[in-house]
Amino acid sequence: MSLRLFIPRDAGAVAVGADEVALALEQAAGKRGVALEIVRTGSRGLYWLEPMVEVATPKGRVGFGPVSAADVASLLEAMLSDGPHALRLGLTEEIPWLKRQTRLTFARCGIIDPRSVEDYRAHDGYKGLERALKLTSDAILADVTASGLRGRGGAGFPTGIKWKTVAQTAADQKYIICNADEGDSGTFADRMIMEGDPFVVIEGMTIAGVAVGATKGYVYIRSEYPHAVAAMNAAIAAARRAGYLGSGICGSKHSFDLEVRVGAGAYVCGEETSLLESLEGRRGLVRAKPPLPAHKGLFGKPSVINNVLSFAAIPFILAGGAKAYADFGMGRSRGTMPIQLAGNIKHGGLFETAFGVTLGELVDDIGGGTLTGRPVRAVQVGGPLGAYFPRALFDTPFDYEAFAARDGLIGHGGVVVFDDTVDMAKQARFAMEFCAIESCGKCTPCRIGAVRGTETIDKIRAGERVAENLAVVEDLCNTMKFGSLCALGGFTPYPVMSALTHFREDFGPAPKRLQAAE
Amino acid sequence: MPVYEPWEAKRGAEIIAEHSHLEGATLVILHALQEAFGYVPEPAIPMIASALNLSRAEVHGVVTFYHDFRHKPAGKHVLKLCRAEACQAAGGDALAARAEAKLGVKIGNTSADERVTLEPIYCLGLCATAPSAMLDGRVVARLDEARIDALVAEAQQ
Repeated sequence: MSLRLFIPRDAGAVAVGADEVALALEQAAGKRGVALEIVRTGSRGLYWLEPMVEVATPKGRVGFGPVSAADVASLLEAMLSDGPHALRLGLTEEIPWLKRQTRLTFARCGIIDPRSVEDYRAHDGYKGLERALKLTSDAILADVTASGLRGRGGAGFPTGIKWKTVAQTAADQKYIICNADEGDSGTFADRMIMEGDPFVVIEGMTIAGVAVGATKGYVYIRSEYPHAVAAMNAAIAAARRAGYLGSGICGSKHSFDLEVRVGAGAYVCGEETSLLESLEGRRGLVRAKPPLPAHKGLFGKPSVINNVLSFAAIPFILAGGAKAYADFGMGRSRGTMPIQLAGNIKHGGLFETAFGVTLGELVDDIGGGTLTGRPVRAVQVGGPLGAYFPRALFDTPFDYEAFAARDGLIGHGGVVVFDDTVDMAKQARFAMEFCAIESCGKCTPCRIGAVRGTETIDKIRAGERVAENLAVVEDLCNTMKFGSLCALGGFTPYPVMSALTHFREDFGPAPKRLQAAE
Repeated sequence: MPVYEPWEAKRGAEIIAEHSHLEGATLVILHALQEAFGYVPEPAIPMIASALNLSRAEVHGVVTFYHDFRHKPAGKHVLKLCRAEACQAAGGDALAARAEAKLGVKIGNTSADERVTLEPIYCLGLCATAPSAMLDGRVVARLDEARIDALVAEAQQ
């Protein structure tokens, strides 16, 4: 008797007991004399079912979850007899939540062994690079442009144009930099893909290197992600051993190598110029633009700097999928977006789908509403710098322009759900406080504005001259929005002003003139 | 529980020499020093400056900019509680207050017996299984009162 099991090594699964489950299964199998092969994969992204254990069957993988160490004896029995079990989910691929997604970037996540180049290749890995090595630089750039891919870090800048700028800038040394400083609360797609399918990131970066003529790349990962750091380091070493990194990759004339660098707990280093400063070994102070990093980036050299998900989208596009990618989506938002459902939500996790799905579908239908069972009151989309949307805006489609038109942003695709117990004045205060803690200090609107904003919202919450202080907050927000150097100070007004606009009732008593009018 | 070496200039110099050839080596060196000694000892700063041809002020500036780098050793255990939005939405604030009360120490401080350092962390990327925490590098999610109590008890050992 033997079984082949798949258990995530993903931090999200480990944090809810995946290691203990794996250990208990090994022990239980040993007692019963069952030969067990456990493959530690990434997560499928159905986090309410983690730890999820899958067993290989002739019909495909069958899932069980959420499993605890106490369940393993009965679980083993059900697996061996192919019998019923309370935690049995059926064929994983047939789970509706997974089946209705369009997984292009996350196609392999949760399926393959993230430490095995062979497994990656067996699942269509490195097809994009192999094709790219046969193309000219212009042809690669044409594919990236044709796909319509826009930067997945949040700014949504067209990736093809960025790469073309670097390709056309002459220099003795160019760099490819992967921004894996995923600091936004409510987002975990970068972490998941680095832990579950790191080779897709490596392949995307290698293709970028070939396209623009760069030979060296850095992956800047935040220190809060030790599992991702370990996974990327292991994958880079494996890719090097297999000849996919180093000099003369795959026997071609191109050389490219990668190095992981670890951040040190500064949120602002997710801003690209701050990240460059940090990589150079300095304080993460934001740089003024221009010059653009594409012209003068790391150590003053032309640099492609993209988010993890942007690089991870590239292998599919270069494997002949540029048109197929562009066929998904709406308006100027082409392709798929790995959306992350988080916070107080029943079915939280990674939902990759074409742009255009509405916020209401995501929260109520796919997410299943709140975990507490209380009504959804507010949803923050796009991390700490994203706006809070009320139910009235649930018809907003997931699209860069549609969110911008409603004074919001999709950012890195994080959706954090709050129930009706949320105090929106407290959330607005937190946005200011967070900006004050994380400001790099270079520009005044952000450095001083955030501190004054926190103090002023405190006064409002204490009922002190509410109308006047609300006017001060609004004024501060305008100064920060238009006067800050980067998105930290520039976008903190989004959560603050959206809370004020849509949830005015949470900010102390109504102004006197309104009371008089009633 | 992590075990650290006591500061020794010779060992510090070895660590610095091991990494100083890298491009932009400052953060790499600081991380390596903290991994060895549990903090970035003050005497290491002029040594880094000299190795990288920087001023002491520049190195000091880097050490103090980043939240991760400690200027003195932490408590025996470090408990980091996520304080960001997704964990707030899932009841993290109440659990943080509970941990503070049980440990008798405010977030950002070390208990008087130097057993536990309680720190905020802004997002562990475990937002779909919030609230979350990290005890000595081990991640724990889906926290509730019982689970936070168990973590606190473990940290007090």
